[in-house]
Amino acid sequence: MPVHLPFRPRRDAYPPDLWTKCPGCAEMLFNKQLDKSLRVCPHCSHHFRIPARTRIEQLVDGGSFVERDSDLSPVDALGFVDLKAYPDRLMAAQLSTGLRDAAVWGIGSIGGRPVSMCVMDFGFIGGSMGSVVGEKVARAGEAAIEGRIPLIIVSSSGGARMQEGTYSLMQLVKTMGVVELVKAARVPFISVLTDPTTGGVFASFAVVGDVNIAEPNAIIRFAGDRVSSGTISEELPAGYARSEFWFSHGFVDRIVSRAHLRDEIIALLGFLIAPSLNGAGEPPAPPASKSRSFLSALTGALAGEGAADSRNGETNGSRGEAPRG
Amino acid sequence: MVDRLLGRGHAEGGPENQNAAVWAHVQQARNLKRPHTLELLKAMADEFVELHGDRLFGDDSAIVAGLARISGRRIVVIGFQKGQDTEENIRRNFGLPHPEGYRKAMRVMEMAERYSMPILTFVDVQGAFPGAAAEERGIAEAIARSVGLMTRLRTPILVVITGEGGSGGALGLAVGDVVLALENSIYSVISPEGCATILWRNSDQSQAAAVAMKVTAGEQVELGIVDAVIEEPGEGAHTDPTEMARRIKDVVIERLDELGRLTIDELVEARYKRYRAYGPYTVAERPAAPPERVGIADRLRGLLNTRPSMPFPGTRRNGPSGREET
Repeated sequence: MPVHLPFRPRRDAYPPDLWTKCPGCAEMLFNKQLDKSLRVCPHCSHHFRIPARTRIEQLVDGGSFVERDSDLSPVDALGFVDLKAYPDRLMAAQLSTGLRDAAVWGIGSIGGRPVSMCVMDFGFIGGSMGSVVGEKVARAGEAAIEGRIPLIIVSSSGGARMQEGTYSLMQLVKTMGVVELVKAARVPFISVLTDPTTGGVFASFAVVGDVNIAEPNAIIRFAGDRVSSGTISEELPAGYARSEFWFSHGFVDRIVSRAHLRDEIIALLGFLIAPSLNGAGEPPAPPASKSRSFLSALTGALAGEGAADSRNGETNGSRGEAPRG
Repeated sequence: MVDRLLGRGHAEGGPENQNAAVWAHVQQARNLKRPHTLELLKAMADEFVELHGDRLFGDDSAIVAGLARISGRRIVVIGFQKGQDTEENIRRNFGLPHPEGYRKAMRVMEMAERYSMPILTFVDVQGAFPGAAAEERGIAEAIARSVGLMTRLRTPILVVITGEGGSGGALGLAVGDVVLALENSIYSVISPEGCATILWRNSDQSQAAAVAMKVTAGEQVELGIVDAVIEEPGEGAHTDPTEMARRIKDVVIERLDELGRLTIDELVEARYKRYRAYGPYTVAERPAAPPERVGIADRLRGLLNTRPSMPFPGTRRNGPSGREET
């Protein structure tokens, strides 16, 4: 159920007389034109960063996307204060983006095929992954398993959210655990890496898709500039840790420009979805391995839990000192 | 030591004191003389055979792995290995692993699963090597796959954080059924220096970052990330490595016995659920409908009349009450 926040909407809609300077080629771009070209510079094809909801609109069949869990909100479990208190940072980010945290997930269709989709929003504290983002990725994965529909995750994130400390680190495990189940259930998983995909997001679900797609020239790396320059001194080559670098090193299957992304996903799903998926025909073969019993038990348990979750969505079995209220 | 240090910090109340106490803890966790995987194994194991190489590219000397016999039990041990002097540190790349280290670990963990051997990991790493060589060979992919593998591996996994548990680099070997930490160890999502550089834009603020992230072993137990702390002898593990190893061994044997009572299915399901549950969040209150604009006449009427429709005097007028639960 979509929840409309009483927040000032993000400045997606630019006044038509405004121009944007392209950071790639310094060309002045007419905003209306830029929106028409999916916020890609027509001169140098620089891909501007886009908000999660814009991304979803660009990918799914018109009006098919139903957002889930939009009311999940972050908690300041550590009482974290750097130059600003974490709740203040959250509030500022919520006001400027209209989102409660840095990811949006839901069910939509792409080319007529239902998909479970989670999209990250860099505008919200650098798209960083705290407990809410991890939870949304996990729920998107579980919905994919339950509905036997493909999982699509579009990453755009600076990595784990430091303000939630080791809870953020644990989101890598949480999301990878679910991705392992997605793979064991033979549900297709397409990972789309956009500018930027770094740190703990790159080092978890984003790098292990059945197919990894990157937008051109996106920054994709594990160790950030500031981290590595503080730890080791090393000259980095031009084009280092961009999409093309990962393509040449074998970690990205395809580099796809934004205009072709939707068609590309449709084409891939056409191959990855066996006729048995989506309910038609035979039920899908159970995963064949010695771990079958655990996985079917666990995916069964997950399905049961998922149902319980939807009735009782507030419960969160967070361990230890989960702050209540 | 933790309690002493932290207690003193709290007792004297000043944030500087607390910063200093936590920073002393961080320094202790990084003490070069602390025993690492091989030193601990030498004292703990009756027998140890180290295995080398990831079968793909090379052997990473910052992560060691092998077969050990401890109190007669066959186990697989994997851990980070820093050097204790400059020469060894250069050979071990200052304990900063490349992808080959995690890929070696995965290969050995899969072997442990095949031959029904429990896995013990020792975690002491500032983070994975952040340079181009590690990046281009896919350190992110190696860590992601290692974490994924450990969530589903069908054999008991015991993790002991012995020094620094730094970021994804540590996590690559730190997913387990039981996570223990030595008293003076730390565990954090990013090194305090990295956190300070990014959030404070000033690496001098590392102390404040260490405090804010609650890095100490004791605090991680309170957060539920670490199950229990193993006390260190004397002034720290480095002052008596043999005694340290003995204490670790006792706890490890005890925990392995406990885990051994579970079936593999129970074990793996419990591990999965543990990590699935991590991380607090709330379900926000539904946003209230925008408040009705009340005309001046209504407001006057409201002031003059009591409002019998309100069930409780404390109920707010507009919208549902704030419902916020974790």
